[in-house]
Amino acid sequence: MNLTLKVWRQKDSDSKGKMETYVVSDIPEEASFLEMLDIVNNQLIESGGDPITFDHDCREGICGSCSLTINGVPHGKGKGITTCQLHMRKFSDGETIYIEPFRAKPFPILKDLMVDRSSFDRVIESGGYVSVRTGSAVDANSMPIEKDDADTAFDAATCIGCGACVASCKNASAMLFVSAKVKHLNSLPQGAPEKTKRVVNMVNQMDKEGFGNCTNQYECEAVCPKSIKAEFISDLNRQYGTAIVKDAIS
Amino acid sequence: MSQKVLDSSGPSLLQSPVSLKKIKEITDKKISSTPESKIPSGPIDSKWEKHKMDSALINPANRRKFTAIVVGSGLAGGSAAATLSELGYKVKCFCYQDSPRRAHSIAAQGGINAAKNYQNDGDSVYRLFYDTIKGGDFRSREANVHRLAEVSTNIIDQCVAQGVPFAREYGGLLDNRSFGGAQVKRTFYARGQTGQQLLLGAYQALQKEISNGGVEMHPRTEMLDLVLVGGHAKGIIARNMVTGEITSHAADCVILATGGYGNVFYLSTNAKGCNVMSAYRAHKKGAYFSNPCYTQIHPTCIPVSGDYQSKLTLMSESLRNDGRIWVPKSPGDVGKAASEIAEADRDYYLERKYPSFGNLAPRDIASRSAKEVCDAGLGIGNSGLGVYLDFADSINQFGKDTIASRYGNLFQMYEKITGEDPYSQPMRIYPAVHYTMGGLWVDYNLMSNVPGLHVLGEANFSDHGANRLGASALMQGLADGYFVISATLPNYLVNESPGTISTEMPEFREAEENVRTRISKFLSINGKRSVDSFHRELGLLVWDKCGMSRNRSGLQEALKKIPQIREEFWDNLCVPGESNNINQELEKAGRVADFMDFAELLCHDALDREESCGGHFREEYQFTKDDPEVASGYTNEGEAKRRDDEYAYVAAWERDDAGKLDLKKEWLKFENVKLATRSYK
Amino acid sequence: MNLTANSFIKFYSSSIGKKVIVAITGLALIGFLLGHMVGNLKIFAGPEKINSYAAWLHSMPLVLWGARIGLLACFFMHIFTTVMLVIQNRRSKGSRYVYQHTNKASGASRTMIWSGIIIICFVIYHILHFTVRFANDYDSSAYIDTMGRHDVYKMLIDGFSWLPASLFYIFSMALLCWHLSHGFSSVFQTLGLRTDKTWGLIKASGYAYSLIIFIGNCSIPVSILAGWLT
Repeated sequence: MNLTLKVWRQKDSDSKGKMETYVVSDIPEEASFLEMLDIVNNQLIESGGDPITFDHDCREGICGSCSLTINGVPHGKGKGITTCQLHMRKFSDGETIYIEPFRAKPFPILKDLMVDRSSFDRVIESGGYVSVRTGSAVDANSMPIEKDDADTAFDAATCIGCGACVASCKNASAMLFVSAKVKHLNSLPQGAPEKTKRVVNMVNQMDKEGFGNCTNQYECEAVCPKSIKAEFISDLNRQYGTAIVKDAIS
Repeated sequence: MSQKVLDSSGPSLLQSPVSLKKIKEITDKKISSTPESKIPSGPIDSKWEKHKMDSALINPANRRKFTAIVVGSGLAGGSAAATLSELGYKVKCFCYQDSPRRAHSIAAQGGINAAKNYQNDGDSVYRLFYDTIKGGDFRSREANVHRLAEVSTNIIDQCVAQGVPFAREYGGLLDNRSFGGAQVKRTFYARGQTGQQLLLGAYQALQKEISNGGVEMHPRTEMLDLVLVGGHAKGIIARNMVTGEITSHAADCVILATGGYGNVFYLSTNAKGCNVMSAYRAHKKGAYFSNPCYTQIHPTCIPVSGDYQSKLTLMSESLRNDGRIWVPKSPGDVGKAASEIAEADRDYYLERKYPSFGNLAPRDIASRSAKEVCDAGLGIGNSGLGVYLDFADSINQFGKDTIASRYGNLFQMYEKITGEDPYSQPMRIYPAVHYTMGGLWVDYNLMSNVPGLHVLGEANFSDHGANRLGASALMQGLADGYFVISATLPNYLVNESPGTISTEMPEFREAEENVRTRISKFLSINGKRSVDSFHRELGLLVWDKCGMSRNRSGLQEALKKIPQIREEFWDNLCVPGESNNINQELEKAGRVADFMDFAELLCHDALDREESCGGHFREEYQFTKDDPEVASGYTNEGEAKRRDDEYAYVAAWERDDAGKLDLKKEWLKFENVKLATRSYK
Repeated sequence: MNLTANSFIKFYSSSIGKKVIVAITGLALIGFLLGHMVGNLKIFAGPEKINSYAAWLHSMPLVLWGARIGLLACFFMHIFTTVMLVIQNRRSKGSRYVYQHTNKASGASRTMIWSGIIIICFVIYHILHFTVRFANDYDSSAYIDTMGRHDVYKMLIDGFSWLPASLFYIFSMALLCWHLSHGFSSVFQTLGLRTDKTWGLIKASGYAYSLIIFIGNCSIPVSILAGWLT
């Protein structure tokens, strides 16, 4: 395949970036999108150029490292995939492809297509855990959990923290990410004692990190590689409201 | 505990031709030879309890005076960092990923074993211990494995308490499945994402400790060297991968939890960033490296489709429950579409060779059989390196919907990658490097021979012997991190005075200087070839000569060629850019440079071990028709042949400053399980 | 009390809190739209019915002014909070994509601020036109009916007989209902009152409600212009 790539190049977080054009040829159809970039980088290196920097690691859709916006869609077109699971056969010969980083203020660009998503870690740090010390746990089967609740918790827990939800949102809202973690832990009896504190602290931290708010457009749901549901956002709203009312009257 | 013979798990056993008496003589004679494993005395089932009682304690007020460096934030590193911080130690944790949540433990699919016996099907700590020893082809330490089986139950309790959403039954209790041919249902799982859920549990515990101020996290920071002060591991040199800054970090001990070395083969199911650098740096500073030749090849991965390929994707082993593996009988049919090959012209080779296990034969056997048929020119696909995994019969029998409900996700994943529909045409699969059993040598306290240097998880060699059982990797990582290191670390720390180490010490300065020199060297070669091109060349060679099967002349050839590749690497490498900002080529260069050296160690170990066991198959050592076991029909011709009398040891390689390797042997003593030949017929 | 007020301030300063305020005020306005429409539709029952209805409303000044002030408060709160959110959102996004693409966000959801601004203009015009009766003679003696009440019937007929006023009204109603088609279901999303199971019904109800408001309100100027009401 022959392709024209328009790639965002930016030296570091302080510099201004711009789109640059690369014409590439003989890309095998079976290659993955990241392998296509590997080929381009190899050619750039061997011709004395500067290779394109991008995050990637497991290349099997689970670590959440890869973070490219391809033709305006985080992770590219295709339901339930990460960038590393996108293959070149989805593109046509001669196509022009726009490759940009995940854009959002709380995800500052570090270089080219690589962004800093440590804001997500700080949101988890603010309450996305169960405060149980190693060794203090009771027997795993001492607390039966309704299968539906366990399944819902699992659905929410599949979030890989890639940030596509933020990248796709015109407001850079992190509601889908936060709601998934709140739903995961607050659906389980193990998470119940810290339920209220968790939801308030995580929402506050989310605001503090500068994420925008949700205007109910569900772009996040459309691009989420793990198909996390916007239903959880509604649930987060309710849990937060309840927590505040509880706080106000008790 | 008295000796027991259990015969219910997996294959039947036969006494090894070597008499027990003889083995006992050998082991008794050699047991005291170096290195010292510090295994506690007493019966196997009370060793760990006794050891914990005998271990030193540090009082809570003093713990905060000690600092531990943890390198790696996967299941082992993340859980260790969180647990040590909970106990009051100061922890500095490092990972090369942008967040500890992305460590490659996340990719484990199948599940985690634990001897809970919730299913009432006869499981017990002893049985898990026994299965693990036997699965490891009798090349692991009994005491370590028993401890692993003991703490396995605590892991499940801990993870459930953290909110890990394991699969449940309608009654609300935890569900289990049988995995990897085990005869009991002891595997806990969270759909096909068990590793992810366990890692998130450890990650969340780690974030909790970060917010409590007990852990200082350094993401996007790579360890480039280990610092010894007075012969003890007291710090590391690391590079901030964003700013390029080289920094020294001092501590009272160093814990490595940096995973395996599967990427020495270039193509593996490991993440792209996985590397051997930390472990190899430690090895260069005197730590023994054990059993590198034990590499596990997973039989069901998506085949390589071209030379641009950057990694291999695992398809869960569970697929073999309903899929039938075959290749064409005649090389003339190789180019044809699967549907054009008549039933009579297909060779279901696993079913033919192993009638009782069929397509569920263990990983090493299934992998090697695939290689055999491909080597015979019967492999399918463009590269000729692939076999069919066919669901047509199961779809006919159970219906498409049932198969979709069992494997829907996996079929989808396969379709995404290959563009082929596994419902209508058979999957193509081929074995790929998946896990490495070898690693840095550690004693019962998980401390290496370098005082203060502790090694956890896949990075150490300790629990899996020559072959790891399915669903045991997650168990070992978490056992080491949550339950073992917290109990054994004080044994080292109690003799140390905390806070006496400073990065101002000349040892740090010197190590920093060496790191800087190495980085400048990479940037100044200005050659023509990219790091990846060297890595690929090295990987191909190692896969070819030291992959699924090995032989003397091949290994010798590899040992001749590796130095040539290395020479060109240091002469013709091209690393563009600078060292003071993000430079992914520079990062890769450091890792590949160490893979070059490590590959040699791997081949030396494979050459030294003149037997076949677990993940190490030496073509010279296989059963032939002259062997009584074959004549009696107990095993097949061509199966792996262990040589317990000569090789029942842990190989611990020491490297001197000049790079000369010295092999030390830790002889293994089997007091509870009888050495026996595996048979899967 | 003080602590409760603190909780409210904390709530309002959070992004979700602001959204909830927008949703609750939106819900009040949605409710008003229906009531207002039902009242106005009395025009089809003849001058007697609508004039007596208006007189009845004006006979309870406390209730009337309470409702007016409440509605205005909701209206301003809705606008003010939304503007604050929009500013925060623009700031959060930072740079925009060179290649813009929308996956599933509805047209209405992407133009809420613009439909909203035009609706504000309309509301101001509408209040000046029929409530304050600015720059017209609707307060004159010509608009007193035989019972001595304000002749709302005649005011509406005359007001909508001027084509530009009717057209602006219809245009504004279209935008209002466009605004509502997103706003209605959003109220449920933001207040945490939806699940995937109820979502289809909520969205359908939103579209139906918007359509009813549009048809109901537009039926008046259309009927007047068509000469069905005189």
